[in-house]
Amino acid sequence: MLGKLTLSAIPYDVPILVGTFIGVAVIGIAVLAAVTYFKKWGYLWREWLTTVDHKKLAVMYVILGLVMLVRGFADAVMMRTQLALAYAGNPGYLPPHHYDQVFSAHGTIMIFFMAMVIMQALFNFVVPLQIGARDVAFPLINSISFYMTLVSAILINISLFVGEFSNVGWLGYPPVSELQFNPGVGVDYYIWSVQISGIGTLLTAVNFITTIVKLRAPGMKWMHMPVFTWTAFFSCIMILTTFPVLTVSMALLALDRYVGMHFFTNDGGGSVMLYLNLIWSWGHPEVYILILPAFGVFSEIAATFSGKPLFGYATMVIATGIITFLGSIVWVHHFFTMGAGADVNTFFGIMTMFIAVPTGVKIFNWLFTMYKGRVRFEGPMNWIVGFMITFSIGGMTGVMMAMPAADWVIHNSLFLVAHFHNVIIGGVFFGYVAGLSYWFPKVFGFKMRDVWGKWAFRFWFVGFYVSFMPLYVVGLEGMTRRMNHYDNPNWHPWLLVACVGVFILAAGVACQVIQFVLAAFDAVNKKPDALDLTGDNWGSGRTLEWSLPSPVPHYNFARLPVVRGLDTFHIEKELGRPAPLAELEPIHMPKYSAVGPVLGACALVIGFALVWHIWWAVIAGLVVSFFTVVHRSANLDIDFYVPVEEIRADEEAFAKRLAAAQAAE
Amino acid sequence: MSENHTTSHEGESHGSYGSYIVGFVLAVILTVASFATVLSKAFAFWQTIAILAVLATVQVVVHLVFFLHMGTKSLSQRQNLAAFIITVLMVAVVIAGYLFVLWDAQMNMMPG
Repeated sequence: MLGKLTLSAIPYDVPILVGTFIGVAVIGIAVLAAVTYFKKWGYLWREWLTTVDHKKLAVMYVILGLVMLVRGFADAVMMRTQLALAYAGNPGYLPPHHYDQVFSAHGTIMIFFMAMVIMQALFNFVVPLQIGARDVAFPLINSISFYMTLVSAILINISLFVGEFSNVGWLGYPPVSELQFNPGVGVDYYIWSVQISGIGTLLTAVNFITTIVKLRAPGMKWMHMPVFTWTAFFSCIMILTTFPVLTVSMALLALDRYVGMHFFTNDGGGSVMLYLNLIWSWGHPEVYILILPAFGVFSEIAATFSGKPLFGYATMVIATGIITFLGSIVWVHHFFTMGAGADVNTFFGIMTMFIAVPTGVKIFNWLFTMYKGRVRFEGPMNWIVGFMITFSIGGMTGVMMAMPAADWVIHNSLFLVAHFHNVIIGGVFFGYVAGLSYWFPKVFGFKMRDVWGKWAFRFWFVGFYVSFMPLYVVGLEGMTRRMNHYDNPNWHPWLLVACVGVFILAAGVACQVIQFVLAAFDAVNKKPDALDLTGDNWGSGRTLEWSLPSPVPHYNFARLPVVRGLDTFHIEKELGRPAPLAELEPIHMPKYSAVGPVLGACALVIGFALVWHIWWAVIAGLVVSFFTVVHRSANLDIDFYVPVEEIRADEEAFAKRLAAAQAAE
Repeated sequence: MSENHTTSHEGESHGSYGSYIVGFVLAVILTVASFATVLSKAFAFWQTIAILAVLATVQVVVHLVFFLHMGTKSLSQRQNLAAFIITVLMVAVVIAGYLFVLWDAQMNMMPG
């Protein structure tokens, strides 16, 4: 009846997990009780959970991403404290089997459920507004994407309390991820949560490519698109070309584990190297999928806070395109030591080094954007300066590792770990945080207190160097990654420093939490100077989203904007806005739908049941999903018109706020 | 959004009877030519293979142009063509890469 699931799967004898479970349960019950007490279930369901509005989905993506950031960060703290303790005979407090799960969960969560999630949040919020669209091309599919991401994140967290998680690293290398060496359910949790989130990501990519190609405002030519939209576009192209490879490699691994096939096993003609090629021809583009939107964020911020147009717009677009292509032909640099010959390694090494060229172009473009500009070091601008320093260092250690001969020595060491955290924290994470603080007033209509954002940046910037520079050193001294304990006295001081670093980072996370809490507090108290009246919160916005009121009305644009060139809002501010020619018309919008949550619930049941071999539940989930889709296809009541009166009222309210803001100046 | 949220047919080419018939006739000719090449036994083995490869490639192009309406005439045709070319390019890169890498590793490692 319950497949492999028995009571012994509950790890009630592991104190850390029991404590975590109690904490999660207490917080969960408190949240549920609060929602019930304030009678907000109906509101939550009607306005948020069933929404197809890209802006609300973006908010939910951000919440999910930040929760998972805290979860992944807790794993990081555990690893660093373990390595600070587990020296010279001391086993530390994490036994190897648990430690293996912690680093696997850390990597999987930070990439799939933190970075990818916040990236999709930024796509969702920014892209339709920047191109003058009223929603994405397929709003319902957008909601389904979110729910696939959400339930896969839930599935990975269930593994904490029911069964175990994968203990073979974030990419699940065979043969150790095969049934022969890993008979437990950990790898199955990994496979199915990655598969389900992959569906969501792929649908997002389809949605946004279509949106960008088809729904640009009248007059917006390709070379009028803001750089963030360009980077989102290229990122989606990479998702579309590489995520199917991930799906296939996970599916083949699942076939090996579930029905005894031999794609990647040691015996029976399996090829482990095929898995490495498959997974990395997704995995390398994946890091560019993540970093390109961060580059887009920096391009927007650099121009806004320097009061100048972005330097080298065309080269920025071309460099993004070149990175997209080169990023797809370098995957072998992740396994130079697999045994291929010098010709293969040379080709992929040189291609890898080439990527530094378009990336360097971008760095210089941002520098030249700031050059002779009136640079204002507000919160978002802090992150970009920190990014340029940190990312350049990370890029250079990347070029070092691109040399096959050097890689032979330092591969699989903490040097590598330091390198990719250098680019992922210094590039992706700084970029996304900058983006969140940059667009926050646009999302909610009020500002965050900048001083806490600056402190968050300072702690993150310093904390990053204190935690990861020591790892470069111990990596060069030969410490391999994923090590549970060690005896080498030379490493110990460095790992103590790294442990201090992780607590500095924790202070940064705390500042961010405080910043959000205080912002909510200001909003509830309607603190006057926290309100964003004009919609152009930073005063120097250049792209279309800043022409809208904050928060943005659910139909985005009362009249579709007519685009007259690059940075169209900036042009309007300089030349004066054109008088609105078009009369207001009723706006055709999609209705909210419960299909997303229903399909998500089905996917969760299917995923959990597949992990535990509960076949009847798998079939039930598939049947319900099928009929949900059939029902939706036959449903013609899926849209409505926003009446002109409502739009006019919004427009007049916005005009009043603008006048009030001007009077205040 | 109505114009955007319903399936739009503006600017798309769905072909005419004429183009379908031209495509069909071309496809039939190419198919017959392929069979004739093999059945007539007029060519040596490798020549036959080469001719078949050429005929098959032309056949693919005929299908793409006449039945899948790829082309450069309208905007949506150009978009389809661009998407198709990018897809083929990426798949080709990955497959060629795998063959290159795994063949090379095979040569070097000589597994049993």
